[in-house]
Amino acid sequence: MVDSSQSIQAEQLKPPITRIGVIGWLRANLFSSVFNSVLTIVTLYFLWKIVPAFVRWAFIDSSWDTTGAACRAAGGACWSIVTKNIRFIIFGFFPYESQWRPLVAMIILFILLLLSSNRRFWKKSLGYAWLLGLVSMGLLLKGGLFGLSSVESTKWSGLPLTLLLSVFGLTAAYPLGIALALGRQSRMPAIKSLCIVYIETIRGVPLISLLFMSSVMFPLFLPEGITINNILRAQVAIILFTAAYIAEVVRGGLQAIGRGQYEAAESMGLNYYQKMRLIILPQALKIVIPPTVGILISAFKDTSLVVIIGLYDLLKTTQSTLSDPRWMGFSIEAYIFIALIYFAGCFSMSSYSRRLERELYRGN
Amino acid sequence: MDNELQKNGDDRSPGEPIIEITEMHKWFGDFHVLKNINLTVHKGERIIICGPSGSGKSTLIRCINRLEEHQKGRIIVDGIELTNDLKNIEKIREEVGMVFQHFNLFPHLSILENLTLGPVWVRKVPKAEAEETAMYYLEKVHIAEQALKYPGQLSGGQQQRVAIARSLCMRPKVMLFDEPTSALDPEMIKEVLDVMIDLAREGMTMIVVSHEMGFAKSAAHRVLFMDEGEILEENIPVEFFENPQHERTKLFLSQILH
Repeated sequence: MVDSSQSIQAEQLKPPITRIGVIGWLRANLFSSVFNSVLTIVTLYFLWKIVPAFVRWAFIDSSWDTTGAACRAAGGACWSIVTKNIRFIIFGFFPYESQWRPLVAMIILFILLLLSSNRRFWKKSLGYAWLLGLVSMGLLLKGGLFGLSSVESTKWSGLPLTLLLSVFGLTAAYPLGIALALGRQSRMPAIKSLCIVYIETIRGVPLISLLFMSSVMFPLFLPEGITINNILRAQVAIILFTAAYIAEVVRGGLQAIGRGQYEAAESMGLNYYQKMRLIILPQALKIVIPPTVGILISAFKDTSLVVIIGLYDLLKTTQSTLSDPRWMGFSIEAYIFIALIYFAGCFSMSSYSRRLERELYRGN
Repeated sequence: MDNELQKNGDDRSPGEPIIEITEMHKWFGDFHVLKNINLTVHKGERIIICGPSGSGKSTLIRCINRLEEHQKGRIIVDGIELTNDLKNIEKIREEVGMVFQHFNLFPHLSILENLTLGPVWVRKVPKAEAEETAMYYLEKVHIAEQALKYPGQLSGGQQQRVAIARSLCMRPKVMLFDEPTSALDPEMIKEVLDVMIDLAREGMTMIVVSHEMGFAKSAAHRVLFMDEGEILEENIPVEFFENPQHERTKLFLSQILH
């Protein structure tokens, strides 16, 4: 029997308060058991050893705008290697006086990416903006028109090259991956087996070997006199490679969609393309946002492998700087700098994916 | 109250045949699920199909809009024979609405978008007009205030009513119901059945796989009993419930009616 006084009592009961203030928090989170207490103490010891030393090295004793020799004298971190060589690290061999051009191109790219990240702007006008942006970015890099001096694509290097390879590599790989995933589920045996062979072959070889093939083997098959731009070949290799991985992730998402969704779509009279585009893919792609972003992030970092076929991406321009005798021995500082650039790219991708997941949440 | 609807319906029916199934067979692999099915459904007619689980009743109505393929015999819907011709299949599906046991609403679309999707993409109705129709049917299933929510935010009974409205938005000639209330909590069954009875009152042609005998008695013209892939018995509701002919029908009725 539940009488009214009992139920009133039940209402007044609050969850027991076990954590009060800082001491309570410490006890609950850092010293909840003997093992945790030991871990906490050991961690604190290492932090005490490392953090002050790092701060002294990176900030107090550091040099920011000196020569290499002065750096060695100061003893701390030599950020001068970055500040003094920033234009070579970022723009590489692009003609010095024209380096504003890739800079403007990158700014255009960032603005477009920023606009595209907001779903409210996903309209036709954004498509036109991209078209216009692509043309002007190409023009800025290549030149040869409107009084801009022509720049060979062999001179494209540094951050613009990294961005070119990754942004276009990823945006082209994503739809190709989706098409491959759909193809792998096709009822037509020819398409299905073609897709399986493609996906399994590509996933069976390392990206490096694809890059080598694209730069060494591929030209052998071309008729004499025809050459295809080295950057384009690397770009294609990256696209083909990434697409195979995306295809498998998307396939996982497709399998997570129940038969009922297909049947509901079919019973309305939707044809295959409508069914996939309107019902199945929106749900499947949403489910696989986390693993897809994982692939995109690793593909972004893998673009640095193009150094082995002689392209000067951001990593390679940094390494070239390090081989300059005046700056030898400051590799840590230079690598920290480009690590920050890569981190900014990866972190914005993963935080965007989390935002997208939140926005697409539909209470299920 | 018994047969009140049926009498009303009788004024309108029997119309001309809209579904004709003749000597239809279906196998799942070696398993013979449907054996020699002959069934004609007239315009405005309401048919209840019942029978033990595994008797092939769901499979039968799923053959009518080709969610399942039959291997032998003919199925003609609205004058079009079901063959492998995709265009014909899509044409038939436009005219045949289906309500599923598990609702199968599209969870990534709002209720309103669920309802306008078919008309806009299949029937090529302008969006504004489709939304107007959608709101009309949402009113009808008493759920208009939820139009901008997502399926995941509604109860099972509400979702099933939305699913019915979604099918109606296509203005189908026939509605198929595949156990529409069997995934619902008991207190939600009535709200769905009420909507179906309203629909019956308007003369919709309906084929309902269901064990809701109350609904059968009040709204159906005919009750079909299926077992092991065959239509064993077929009768008007009063006769079917009070005077079942077949032994298996008697057994089945005694089990579900207690």
